[in-house]
Amino acid sequence: MSYPTDRKYTKEHEWITPDGAIGITNHAQDSLGDIVFVDLPKVGTELTAGKPFGTVESVKAVSDLFAPVSGTVTATNEELATSPEKVNKDAHGAWMLKIKIKDPSELNALLSAADYDKFVSEEAGH
Amino acid sequence: MRYLPKSAGDRAAMLKAIGIRSVDDLFSPIPAEYRLTRDLAIPRQMAESEIVDWFKQRAKENGEGYTSFLGAGAYSHYRPVVIDALVQRGEFLTSYTPYQAEYAQGTLQAIFEFQTMIAELTGMDLANASMYDGSTAATEAVMMACRITGRNGAVVARSVHPEYRGVLATYATHQEIPLRKISFTSSGQIDLKELDRAVDNDTACVLLQSPNFFGTIEDVEAIAEITHKRGALLIVSIAEAVSLGIVEPPRAADIVAMEAQSFGVPLGFGGPYCGVLATKDKFVRQMPGRLAGQTVDKNGKRGFVLTLATREQHIRREKATSNICTNQALVALMVNIFMTVYGKVGLRELAKQNLAKTAYATGQFSKTAKVLFSDAPCFNEFVVETSEDPYAINARLLGHKIVGGLPLKKFYPEFGNAALWCCTELTTRSTIDTAVGLVAESERSVQGNDARTKDAEPEEVTR
Amino acid sequence: MKKHTTRKATRHISQNEGLIFEKSSPGKAAWKLPPLDVPEVDTSKLLGSSERKTLGSMPEVSEIEIIRHFTRLSTWNYAIDLGMYPLGSCTMKYNPRVNEFVSRVEGLANAHPYQPEKISQGALRILKTLSDCLIEITGMDAITLQPAAGAQGELTGLLMMRAYHQSQGNARKKILIPDSAHGTNPATAATVGYAVENLKSNDRGMVDVAALAAQMNEDVAALMVTNPNTLGVFEQKIHKIAGLLHEKGGLLYMDGANMNALVGKARPGDFGVDVMHLNLHKTFSTPHGGGGPGSGPVAIKKILEPFLPMPIVITKPDGTLGFEYNRPQSVGRVRAFYGNFGMFTRALAYIFANGPDGLRQTTEDAVLNANYIRKGLEGVYDLPYETPSMHEVVFSDKVQSKKGVRTMDLAKRLIDYGFHPYTTAFPLIVPGALMIEPTESEPLEELDLFIEAMKSIAEEVEEDPQFVLDAPHNTRISRLDETAAARKPILRWKRE
Repeated sequence: MSYPTDRKYTKEHEWITPDGAIGITNHAQDSLGDIVFVDLPKVGTELTAGKPFGTVESVKAVSDLFAPVSGTVTATNEELATSPEKVNKDAHGAWMLKIKIKDPSELNALLSAADYDKFVSEEAGH
Repeated sequence: MRYLPKSAGDRAAMLKAIGIRSVDDLFSPIPAEYRLTRDLAIPRQMAESEIVDWFKQRAKENGEGYTSFLGAGAYSHYRPVVIDALVQRGEFLTSYTPYQAEYAQGTLQAIFEFQTMIAELTGMDLANASMYDGSTAATEAVMMACRITGRNGAVVARSVHPEYRGVLATYATHQEIPLRKISFTSSGQIDLKELDRAVDNDTACVLLQSPNFFGTIEDVEAIAEITHKRGALLIVSIAEAVSLGIVEPPRAADIVAMEAQSFGVPLGFGGPYCGVLATKDKFVRQMPGRLAGQTVDKNGKRGFVLTLATREQHIRREKATSNICTNQALVALMVNIFMTVYGKVGLRELAKQNLAKTAYATGQFSKTAKVLFSDAPCFNEFVVETSEDPYAINARLLGHKIVGGLPLKKFYPEFGNAALWCCTELTTRSTIDTAVGLVAESERSVQGNDARTKDAEPEEVTR
Repeated sequence: MKKHTTRKATRHISQNEGLIFEKSSPGKAAWKLPPLDVPEVDTSKLLGSSERKTLGSMPEVSEIEIIRHFTRLSTWNYAIDLGMYPLGSCTMKYNPRVNEFVSRVEGLANAHPYQPEKISQGALRILKTLSDCLIEITGMDAITLQPAAGAQGELTGLLMMRAYHQSQGNARKKILIPDSAHGTNPATAATVGYAVENLKSNDRGMVDVAALAAQMNEDVAALMVTNPNTLGVFEQKIHKIAGLLHEKGGLLYMDGANMNALVGKARPGDFGVDVMHLNLHKTFSTPHGGGGPGSGPVAIKKILEPFLPMPIVITKPDGTLGFEYNRPQSVGRVRAFYGNFGMFTRALAYIFANGPDGLRQTTEDAVLNANYIRKGLEGVYDLPYETPSMHEVVFSDKVQSKKGVRTMDLAKRLIDYGFHPYTTAFPLIVPGALMIEPTESEPLEELDLFIEAMKSIAEEVEEDPQFVLDAPHNTRISRLDETAAARKPILRWKRE
C-alpha cells in the first residue's frame, strides 16, 4: 500500500493535510472492518494534540480518534453521518474534520508517508 | 436430588474418564482452610408438595382476598390468561439474551414488536428493549440528557414518584448532577412560574411525571416550551401505562421514561416490573439499553439482530452509556402480549373504563370529604383529605377486607391527613360505596381529631 | 468430505410468521370488557385537550392469532428446555417449574408493595428467609435484596464501599479491576465516579499478586475480583489478595457471577471478601427469560451494614416483621419498592428443593461436568491456561484459526448440531476464546453429544473450512447483516 505524500500521519493511524483536513488511514479502516458510525465534535471545538476528539465504530468495536495536532474545528464531514461506509471505500478521500491548525510546526513531529508505511509493516510483524 | 440428572454410576464413570479418584480432587484449587466441611445451615431438602405448601401459607399471611385502592406506581389491572400461557413456554422462559440471532429470532422479533408499540403509544420515534423499572428508567434518562446536552443539572418536579426521585438522588450524588426541586400548585400540576425561574442555561433536563404521583395530568406542552427555550431536554416519566389509551402522549418530550407494569405485569410486591426508554431518532446513540433492529440475511430474508451494541458495557466498558447488562425481556414479553391483546381499540376502551370508575369515586368521595387537586384532569388516582388520620380509617377498612388509599405523609409530611386513592377497571362500584361509606362515618364521628394512631406505617421522606 | 452426523438434532418444518402489525385489520379483537357498573363519562369533557385521539398503528387481532403468533415465534428460539446451553459465565441451568408455580400463588403475585405491613407478613417472611439463606451460603453478615440485576448489585456494592470510605474520612479515587473481568465491572466503577485501573493477570490466568502489591495504595478503594474468575480458575491466593487490600485500608469486592462453583463447598466471607453480589438468575435458577429479569442481591460484612440501601427488613419487638426506613447512613435507594420480589420466591423455592446436601451436590456436578468436557476436548482445541478448571473451561481457536476459522464461526456451526453456541471472544485475555459452561443440569448423554459435535466440527475445519465459515446451514435464516443494521438502524415497524 502506498500512502499519499501530500499529508502527515500519526501512530494512532490518522492523517492530516497541511490545510487541516483529518481522516483515518486505509490501514485503520481495514483493521476496524465495516464502519457503522463516526462520532465527531461540533464546529468550534478546541482539539489538543494527542487527545481523543471522537470515535469511530464498527459493529463490535469502538476506537477513539486522536487529534494529530492542536487546533479549532472549522468543519465536519456531514456525509459520514448517513454514509459511514465512505471511510471503508476511500479512507484517504473521506475526510472527517477540518481544523484551523494552531501551530503548524506541530506537523513536523508527525510521520511522513514512508515512515508511516514502515511503522505499519513493523507493527504487523509483531 | 431431583434436578440432577446423574446416577452414582454416571459420576463414577466421569471421574474415571477425567482420571481422578474423587470429586473433591476437583476442588483442590481452593485452599483447604477455606473449604467448607459442614452442611450449610439452611432448611433441609423439601418435597415439591412441601414447597408449595410453604408458599401458600405465606400467601395466606399476605392479604390474600383483599380489594385494594392502592396505586402509587403499582397498578392492579386484569391480566388476560394468554399472557402466562405464552410466557411460560420454555423457548421464551429458558432462553438467554439473543446474542446468537439465528437461534433466537423469536425473542428478537418479539422485542422489535415491543419497541414498535411502545414508540407508537408514547409518541416517540423509537424505544429500547426495556430497563429494570420506572425508577431506574427515569434515572437513566436524566444521565442520558446530561450526555446529550453536555450540561450537568436536572430540574425535578416534586410530583414525580418519591421513590423514583430517591433512586435518582442516589445516582446523581455520584455523577455529581445537582438536582433542583419544583413544587406543585393547588391544581396538583407543576408550578410553571417556579419552573421558569429554575431552568437556566446549565440545566440539562426537566423531569416530570404525567399523570403525576397525585394522578394529575400535567400541561406537557407548556412545560416543554419553558424547557426548550433554555436548550434543556424534557423527560416525561409515565408510571400508569394504561393512561396512554386515552391521554395524549407527551409528544413534545425528548425522552419518555416509562414503567409498563400496568400492561399485564403482576403487582408481585413491587417487582419484577418493566421500565422502558423511548426517544427521538437523533438521540438513539446516547440511549442505554438493548435494541433490536431489522436487517436481512445473506439470502435477503428479513431477520432481527441486537444492534448498536457499541453503546453497551461489554464493548465500551468504563465508557459505556450505562452499566446495565440485563433487560427485563420476559416481563417485556408480558407487556407485549397485553398490548397486542387490547390493541388499538381495546386500550382506549380499557382506559375509558378506568376513567369512569375514577370519576364515580371522586364524585362520591367529594360528597363527604375533600378531594384535592380537582381543578386539573386526572387519571385513576386522586387525593382525598379526611379529618381523621387515614391510617385509622384504613385500619377499619381492613376489617371489611379493603385496603384504603396510601397516606401521603409517608412521603410528603405537609399533607397531613390526605391519602392517595386509586381506581382501575377492577374496582367495583360496591367496593367504592363501602369505602366512601366508612370515610363518611369517620368524618361524622371524629371531626377535627387528627391524632396519630398506632396503625401508622414507617415513613420515607425523600431527600 | 466425510459425512458428519448430528445425532442431537434433525431439521423439521418450521412455521413462517410475519410481524403482528401485518396481521392486523380493523374490527378484530382479542379483548372483552365487562359492562360498566358506574355511569359512562364524557372523555372530552373530562380531559379536554389532554384527550388522545388516535392509537396509530397499534394492532387489531384475535386471540387465536395471538396464540399462534407467539407460539410460532417461540419455536425459533433455542432454550435450556431443549438442550444444553453452554454459554460460559451465563450459567444456563434448569429453571424448575415449581419456582414459576409458587411465584404465581395468589396473595404473593397480587400483593401490592404498599399494602399495610400487617397483611404483608408473608412477603416479608420470604424476604427474611431468603436473606438468611444467602447470608449463610456466602458466609457474610448482612444483605440487601433490592438491586434489580447483577450490574445494579455491583453498583450498590460500590456505593456502600464508597460510603464506608467516606465515613473513614477519604472516599478514595480508584478501583482495581483484573483484565479478565466482565465489562460491567469497569462500567459500574465509572458510574459511581471511580477511576478504573487495570490489573494484569499472570501466566496462570490469576491475579498477579506482585503487581497488585505494587499498584495498591491509599488511593485504591477496592479490588473487584471474580472468583472463580472468568477463565473458570479459582484465585488460589485470594486470602493474600484480601490481606494486601486490607493492609492499606482497601476492600475486596467479589463479583458473584460464578458463585455456582462454590455453593456448599466454600464461602467468600471466610476467605476475606467484604462485599459481593449474587446473580439469582445464574446460581439460584431463576429464568433468564430471553435477557431478564435478573436480580442482584449484595451481601456484605458487618462494617458496611450502616450503608445498606433502605428500607431494610427488621423483626419488631412484637415478633412481626417490618420495614425500617430510618437509616441515616444509608446510600439511599437503588430501585423503587424492594427489588425483584418475584425472583426471590423462585430462588427460595430452589434453595428449599435442594437443601444443604442438594446444593453441595449441585456444585460438585457443575464442576464435574466442566472437567469432563475439558478432558473430552483437550488436544482438539487449544487450552491457553493449564490451570485447573472449576465450573467452566476456556479453550481458544488457535488451532482452527490457522485455517481461517474463528471462534464465532465454530459457534455458528455448533447451532447446526442442535446446540446453542458457547460464549465467544470472552474473556478478553484469551484471543479467540471458546468459553464453555455446562452447569450441573446436563446428563452424561448430553455431554457426550456435545463433545462429539465439537470434535466433528474440528474435523470439518480441517476438511472444508469454507463449509464451517458459511454456517449455520440448518437454521431458518442464515447469518444476518449486522453492519447494515447498525449503519441505518430500523428499530420499529412502519406502515409502508
